[in-house]
Amino acid sequence: MKMELIQPFINAADAVLAQGLQCPMTVQNLAMEQEAYRRKGVAALVWLSGEIEGRIIFDLEPKTAVRVASKFAGCELPESDNLVREAVCELANQITGNAVARLNDQGFHFRVHPPVLHTSEHGSQSTEDTEALELCFDTTSGNVFMNIALRYNVARAAASGE
Amino acid sequence: MEQFAPVRRSKDGQPVRYLIVDDSVFARKNLARMVETFGGQVAGEAGDGLNAITEYDRLHPDIVLMDITMPQMEGIEAAEKIVQQHPDARIVMVSSVGYQENIVAALQRGARHFVQKPVKAEVLYEVIKYVLGDEESAAHAAGAGAGV
Repeated sequence: MKMELIQPFINAADAVLAQGLQCPMTVQNLAMEQEAYRRKGVAALVWLSGEIEGRIIFDLEPKTAVRVASKFAGCELPESDNLVREAVCELANQITGNAVARLNDQGFHFRVHPPVLHTSEHGSQSTEDTEALELCFDTTSGNVFMNIALRYNVARAAASGE
Repeated sequence: MEQFAPVRRSKDGQPVRYLIVDDSVFARKNLARMVETFGGQVAGEAGDGLNAITEYDRLHPDIVLMDITMPQMEGIEAAEKIVQQHPDARIVMVSSVGYQENIVAALQRGARHFVQKPVKAEVLYEVIKYVLGDEESAAHAAGAGAGV
């Protein structure tokens, strides 16, 4: 997966998390995922379609999800609160949306689908044409994991270039 | 949260009534919290574009805060349909998908402004004042024109 696709997501996560959590953050790990994805806690999945297609999963350990959601909500939320899951979906929406806006302004045309809660324990493994990259953002509220699996859709890109 | 001077309707001094449209309950609650700090009143909420049209017809809010990426019907299409029926509707798009094409499409189809998510309260506050003020300026200009 090319860095030109990844960098906007890193920049967007940096901006959105720093604003929402009011703290600096660092990218702790950046690694190609060798095995199938395993969910860590509260996870949201966003599909992209168009000249670039694939999916992005945002995954937070349960206690981290509560802390992050509470910061974004401006009040303490209990772990059981549905708003915690909603907050993780909205966080995914904001980060993906901001990244997509930057990529679109660079000439890539594709569509973001509304985030959905990712409830299954596992996800698909990387394939030859769709590698998954896992990033970990270290924040004062805990780690935010982002798992990106994107690929260029050659047919769509060629069709739109006609 | 920051303190803001209340924004009122110029015609009767009443609180500005908002319709908040977003498929995320969390985003709707956050926006509701913000507009309440501006002295506004949430007249209603909708989770998609189709419901937004129904709720607009029912409530006639002063301002609509409309997300773009939503199930059933997206925000830009809903904004266009609302403005076709109600040319004076004041719709502010509030979305994370703020690329130029999208912003231009929203404005061409009748939205008055665009606010990028994550929303900063001070930015939204200024946009709301601008959108309400814009209307007043237009009314004053029309009044002045009629007097000539």
